[in-house]
Amino acid sequence: MSENVIETQNLTKRYNGTAVVKGISFNVARGEIFGLLGPNGAGKTTTILMLLGLSDISDGQARVLGYDPVREPLAVKRRVGYLPDQVGFYDNLSAADNMRYTARLIGLDRAERERRIHDALVHVGLADVVDKRVQTFSRGMRQRLGLAEILMKDAQIAILDEPTSGLDPQATIELLEVIRQLKHRGVSILLSSHLLERVQSVCDRVALFNEGNIALIGTVAELGRQVLGGGFNVEVEAEGQGLAERLAQVPGVQKVEPAGPSRWRLTSDRDVRPEAAAAVVAAGGRLFRLSVEEPSLEAIYTRYFQNAASQAGERHAA
Amino acid sequence: MQREGSPWQGLGVVISKEVSDQVTSIRMFVVELLVVLIAVATLLFATEQVRNTTAEDPFLLLRLFTTSQEPFPSFVTFLSLLLPLVAIALGFDSVNGEHNRRTLSRILSQPIYRDALLFGKFIAGLITLSISLVVLWLLVIGLGLIQLGVPPSADEIIRAFIFLLIAIAYAGVWLALALLFSIVFRSAATAALVTLGLWFLLTLIWPTVAPRIALALIPSDDINTLIFGVQTAARLSPITLFNEAMSTILDPSARTLGPIYLYLPQLQGAVLGAPLPVGQSLLIVWPQIVGLVSGSILLFVIGYIVFQRQEVRA
Repeated sequence: MSENVIETQNLTKRYNGTAVVKGISFNVARGEIFGLLGPNGAGKTTTILMLLGLSDISDGQARVLGYDPVREPLAVKRRVGYLPDQVGFYDNLSAADNMRYTARLIGLDRAERERRIHDALVHVGLADVVDKRVQTFSRGMRQRLGLAEILMKDAQIAILDEPTSGLDPQATIELLEVIRQLKHRGVSILLSSHLLERVQSVCDRVALFNEGNIALIGTVAELGRQVLGGGFNVEVEAEGQGLAERLAQVPGVQKVEPAGPSRWRLTSDRDVRPEAAAAVVAAGGRLFRLSVEEPSLEAIYTRYFQNAASQAGERHAA
Repeated sequence: MQREGSPWQGLGVVISKEVSDQVTSIRMFVVELLVVLIAVATLLFATEQVRNTTAEDPFLLLRLFTTSQEPFPSFVTFLSLLLPLVAIALGFDSVNGEHNRRTLSRILSQPIYRDALLFGKFIAGLITLSISLVVLWLLVIGLGLIQLGVPPSADEIIRAFIFLLIAIAYAGVWLALALLFSIVFRSAATAALVTLGLWFLLTLIWPTVAPRIALALIPSDDINTLIFGVQTAARLSPITLFNEAMSTILDPSARTLGPIYLYLPQLQGAVLGAPLPVGQSLLIVWPQIVGLVSGSILLFVIGYIVFQRQEVRA
């Protein structure tokens, strides 16, 4: 098992007695992309600020790379890069000057500073606007400049708050690509979002936030199984005798439903495509198509909160 | 358990960035242009007045600062009114500006404490103010030399230098106040208006209203108690402290800020109108200077506490 770079236990934040983060516990392993997902106001940003030592922790504890963000914030902030929600820069300064200020705050010497700034800006595709004032930058360019700052910092962990909100589809795709590259460099990434579709494609594991609690935690597939019940839906299109019975005997398959002429929908607890293919071939059938429906985070999310709401409604009625 | 690391980490970086921002800003350029123009105009009127009326005076240079000719106020009066405005212009959006530009959380996520950011902004403001005041000061002295043609004595230069230091301390109070409101109010416009309102109240209204309030409130007929009360009330405003300090430092014949008691040893052996040594003048206004400095420290500390407890998120 790989080591954890972020560990929280019973992390709680109260404002004037009202808890906005209610005792959450989660770990982020080295090198993974971990998503904090949930509606606005669910406590995602507050959690992030506590991890960075920018907000006091009311209860519980957090460890970031083994450091306590409350007592050793500088050690944490030296190793962690943070891209705030709707990041801002000094509009009157150029992209490079903005980065220089940060680099000097980090304490890089001049030669190292210029080299890293140049590399980072090239990496995020802002090489041709290095000396342009940030004033003229689009939303997507600002986000990329923020990521460049994290690259320059050579951070071990990148914490990204709503990195894709307010971006057009093209800018989103470019940004997610930079995030993936960060991961390839060995950076662990914690990102928060309320845009599920986009985030699903980059996250290794996610935590669903709801009113200050973590409702669910795990990989998207795990959550799918937990919330949507069946888990995997495999569709088989094949011709042959008695295929339905054969498919039903495949280990892991819970249900076989006809889904049209020569098509069946298998509900299973794991990806049974290889076994299903083997079964069809073994029965002497002809296999035309075999596909698996990935559980969509959107569906999990909607279903989960529907369930939660209806349960609350029942409790209320009772 | 103590937090690790130095609160001053990154202080120098913040200071140099803020000073360069302030010095190159259009806002500062306009304010300084205004100040220099008014200063030069005031000075030219003053030299004219000094030439016409003063026959022989060992402190000609100092007269430049204090002489007024209608409709122009003296250079000191003019500074007492305009210095706060310059300080407010520098400070009113220093913290809420970072909030509104959404740069605050990004900067604070670098390995520095909030202390460095806030203190850096205050020091940077003081440096900018000092630079402009020194330039203004040299300009005034240079112009005075050319206009009057009399070289100043060492005593005059020392007094003029103390004048400069007091002016910086006075500007510091207003800078700290502007900084405090820039922390308390999220909107820069609100912060600016509140600070300007307070400036109006403290510099224009309070000096005339304070004595009446004090007289109305003090249940005593004793003249000494009343004088003390009136003076104390007026000294709550930095402009009173500034004017008292300036009038004593720039007028070597000033011996006291309070009432003069003819029967007390205060006047024993004194030659009325004879100048005091610089040290003695300084002693008289030492409480005023300390008051200005501690006022800025107090305001800064309040701002510091509020800022430390403030949430970073917008």
